[in-house]
Amino acid sequence: MLIPCPQCGPRDIREFTCKGHETYMHRPSPAAPPEAWDDHLHNRDNPAGPTREMWHHVAGCGAWLVVERNTVTHAVTGAMLAREVAR
Amino acid sequence: MAELIATSPLRDLTPITIGNVTLTEGIPGQVWAVLPWRGATEAASTALQSAHGLPFPAPGNLHKAGSTRIAWAGLDQAFLLGTTPDTALAAHAALIDQSDAWAHLVLSGPATREVLARLVPVDLAPAACPKGSARRTLLGHMSCLILHPGGDTFEILVFRSMASSAVHDLTRAMTAVAARDLRGAQTPG
Repeated sequence: MLIPCPQCGPRDIREFTCKGHETYMHRPSPAAPPEAWDDHLHNRDNPAGPTREMWHHVAGCGAWLVVERNTVTHAVTGAMLAREVAR
Repeated sequence: MAELIATSPLRDLTPITIGNVTLTEGIPGQVWAVLPWRGATEAASTALQSAHGLPFPAPGNLHKAGSTRIAWAGLDQAFLLGTTPDTALAAHAALIDQSDAWAHLVLSGPATREVLARLVPVDLAPAACPKGSARRTLLGHMSCLILHPGGDTFEILVFRSMASSAVHDLTRAMTAVAARDLRGAQTPG
């Protein structure tokens, strides 16, 4: 499995660690009710098809990426720097 | 006050020659991380150019001017090698002396790429990794920075604490490649 790092080009999966769904990028406000934090931390869909996840290029350039991949076909269809997605 | 004796990370571990590949300890001199402030990459590059004759490198690049080099070393990060950064750079970037944090190995010889192919998950063939390349990747299980100054020579920087592990892994790979060469030479036809 290759992930197309925007900095480094296509790189082997060994160089990455997966954090999970991109939900992690969307933090509730500190004043949000416990239910919102529960959703943010614990509750995830389990899609059959395209999904967006956060991956860390930990043994490469060190960037956090948002990776688009398909859970059915295992195709990786794109990757962006997380800081650009957050902008 | 105690007189401390400076030792190099690879003291007593190198040089090693197996088959046609030699592993030695490099002398990078100083290693300074240059990390431009947010939005200041161009200004840092201009300052680097006027002070050291080198640009801030694009991802994957290694530049050389005299005995000073600069290597891309990650997202918004470069390593200035062989000199102390000019103080003018401090206005545009964080400057961190990492000289003692890295072990610097030099691998050279005709089968160097075959040896590294056993440990490194990126393509180091000349077409994919031309002279003047810098790659952040893995050496076995170790995070590393690989520099390619040209020819059949590759420089590998690993965390200093990983020096003996890196020599161990490289020695095993060198042995395995040399054994294949030997077998090939002895097989008729």
